[in-house]
Amino acid sequence: MLTETMSTAATIETKPQPPPAEKIKVKVDGKEVAVPKTTPDPVTGKPLPTSMIQACAAANVIVPHYCYHPKLPVAGSCRMCLVEFGTPAIGPDRKPIVNPDGTTKISRALRPVIACATPVSPGMEIYTNTPAVRLMREGVLEFLLINHPLDCPICDQAGECKLQEYSVDYGNSESRFVEAKVHKPKRVELGPRIVLDDERCILCSRCIRFTRDVAGDDALGFVNRGSHSTLTAYPGRAFDNNYTLNTVDICPVGALTSKDFRFRMRVWFLKETRSLCTSCATGCNIVIGSREDAIYRYEPRENDAVNSCWMCDHGRLNYKWIGREDRLVEVRKREAEGRGQASGSRSAAPTWSAVLGEISQKLKAAEPGSIAIVASARQTNEELHLLAKLAKRLGALTDSVPRIAAGDKLLLNADRNPNSTGARLTGIAADPMGSNLPAIAGGIRSGRIKTLIVFGEDATKCGIDADLLDKLELLIASDILPNATTRRAHYLLPGCAHAEKRGTFTNTKGRVQKFLKAVEPRGDARPEWEYLHELLVNVTSRDGIASIEGVFNEMAKEVPAFSGLTWATLGDTGISAKI
Amino acid sequence: MNESHTTEPIPNALLSQPDFAVPAALAAEADELITHYPVKRSASLMLLHAFQDHFGYISQQAVVWIAARLELAPINIYELVTFYPMFHQKPVGKCHLKICRTLSCALGGAYELHEHFCKKLGLDAKAHGPQTTGDGKYTVEFVECLAGCGTAPVMMCNDTFHEGVSLKKADEILKGRGQ
Ligand code: SF4
Ligand code: SF4
Ligand code: FES
Ligand code: FES
Repeated sequence: MLTETMSTAATIETKPQPPPAEKIKVKVDGKEVAVPKTTPDPVTGKPLPTSMIQACAAANVIVPHYCYHPKLPVAGSCRMCLVEFGTPAIGPDRKPIVNPDGTTKISRALRPVIACATPVSPGMEIYTNTPAVRLMREGVLEFLLINHPLDCPICDQAGECKLQEYSVDYGNSESRFVEAKVHKPKRVELGPRIVLDDERCILCSRCIRFTRDVAGDDALGFVNRGSHSTLTAYPGRAFDNNYTLNTVDICPVGALTSKDFRFRMRVWFLKETRSLCTSCATGCNIVIGSREDAIYRYEPRENDAVNSCWMCDHGRLNYKWIGREDRLVEVRKREAEGRGQASGSRSAAPTWSAVLGEISQKLKAAEPGSIAIVASARQTNEELHLLAKLAKRLGALTDSVPRIAAGDKLLLNADRNPNSTGARLTGIAADPMGSNLPAIAGGIRSGRIKTLIVFGEDATKCGIDADLLDKLELLIASDILPNATTRRAHYLLPGCAHAEKRGTFTNTKGRVQKFLKAVEPRGDARPEWEYLHELLVNVTSRDGIASIEGVFNEMAKEVPAFSGLTWATLGDTGISAKI
Repeated sequence: MNESHTTEPIPNALLSQPDFAVPAALAAEADELITHYPVKRSASLMLLHAFQDHFGYISQQAVVWIAARLELAPINIYELVTFYPMFHQKPVGKCHLKICRTLSCALGGAYELHEHFCKKLGLDAKAHGPQTTGDGKYTVEFVECLAGCGTAPVMMCNDTFHEGVSLKKADEILKGRGQ
């Protein structure tokens, strides 16, 4: 439910704007607003008459609703959004009747209407808070609760459930229903990631419309009739597309649950942090739910320039690596002489400052052209920018590693790096990305390259084999999880997952977006931009206070594509850069 | 810990019909029915009727076949089969007794009539939904208004309409069907 309430701060989009639609004036609870006559359908983009609920939203009045969702076609099935309204009274001369005080006479409609499916008309007055409207909401809620199991104590949705919330506002504390409740299946495995509790379903059909109209997989439907109506997928056909978990987000109650999150954490304990998904170049905006430095879930965060209200299941569930037991948590140093496998002797407990000092000395002393850098397009713009500056200073050959897999039509990009664009714009990646890697391998083989700096990648997986790594005089690796390269590194610098630091990525369309820190880094791990900044200070005698804002703003001045951007103006939803 | 919470498969209201095969005539009838409508989906109910007339009930295989013919997902057809009580999810008896229980008929003795049939045929009058005798010959079922309210209680035996059905008349109807 987060996605709906999250603000969409000013986004600077460069889509061609349609001609301004004709505006009509309506009054919502006495407040006048001008709304466009038509609003594009969220799925097809076809202009549809602007509805009362949209006009109310424009007036900052939220009409309670269940089946309506701003990004889905309208169903008008729950009746929670009933409102009263009036329209200008028309006299026999077919002109609006004017009151003695000069105002337009309004004739109030005799019946309420559903705000989600009723178009506005000029001069209409919408009343969302009359005694009758409140009574109707109470009535709708009472009906919804007739067969509801009231599972709240064991329901994952409790705490972010619209049924709970509106019950507080409009519910009765006691049920008048004395008959037996209808029972339905309680733990149906709809698909590999979704478990359905049909007793909790309020039959709003949001999940059906999402999967049919947005995900393009007509998988869900209602079977049976009346109070026996039951949400289901076709028996034997698992509900299994890459977007199924979005139905858990938009389900206003606890009927659709995520197998991954089910029964793991009460939502009110979760700290919510604005972040980004790192699993592909789309850069879906997310909220990380964490408690005591453990991550429990990712949820999409609305950004109409990127991911609307959705994210893919692949990205959503790809967070467990952050909490892996074998995370790199210590700064490590391996003496050169013990370089053979496994036998590498490690000095007791090297400190960050000692190690960074030593690395700086060695880099400064290295002959120009003897250094190469393999960066990762999973690093942030700031980190890549600092690395690019270091590379420039050292005359190093640089590149980063492409990561391609199948994409899909909706969000998942074939480029599985979150920041390929950043790697290109900061100049760290070759064009095309990865085309310098053979030259780096060749340079090591020929002995010309003696020092290799690897950030967040396993060099042995991109053509720089272990025996080449063993030839190096100096191998510096920064990473989060162990791999064949980190095991061979003379200096190992433990880095941070995005959830443990702040930074920005540039998505495939050039949108520069920032993410914030959700959890503390493990052990000695530090954000890469911090120690890159320190290295740069040592190597280039640059100064400046180490802050992510400072690094970003400096980068914006030096990288043409980012010019004019500042950390502050990125806001919650980012800005599209000219790429 | 999570793994210990057992889940259930998606419930299935339909039967499997392993020997399901659509004869050419039925397929042709289906294709002809589809031409009656501007969009294929509109033919859903007509196809279901045609299949029920042919097979006596709607099986899982029939749902999948019809959906494919209409270029729909099977869930769309499955919804209809479970929504409309006139579609049978399992075979019904050769003699299908449908007793109206809407207001006029309820007041006119529909429940007694239903119970009478059930007793005679050894069926459970209290059970939900259609009841079929063990030999598969008779099915007794409540239905909603058959539009004969003035002559309550009314019922149908297969496609034959019976009005003002007293218990005596009920016995005659059964007798006519070989009971
Ligand atoms: S499962 Fe949830 S989203 Fe789907 S119809 Fe039921 S209440 Fe609505
Ligand atoms: S589409 Fe890409 S960015 Fe969005 S959730 Fe999936 S993997 Fe993450
Ligand atoms: S929100 Fe309008 S009917 Fe459900
Ligand atoms: S009530 Fe039985 S036919 Fe109408």
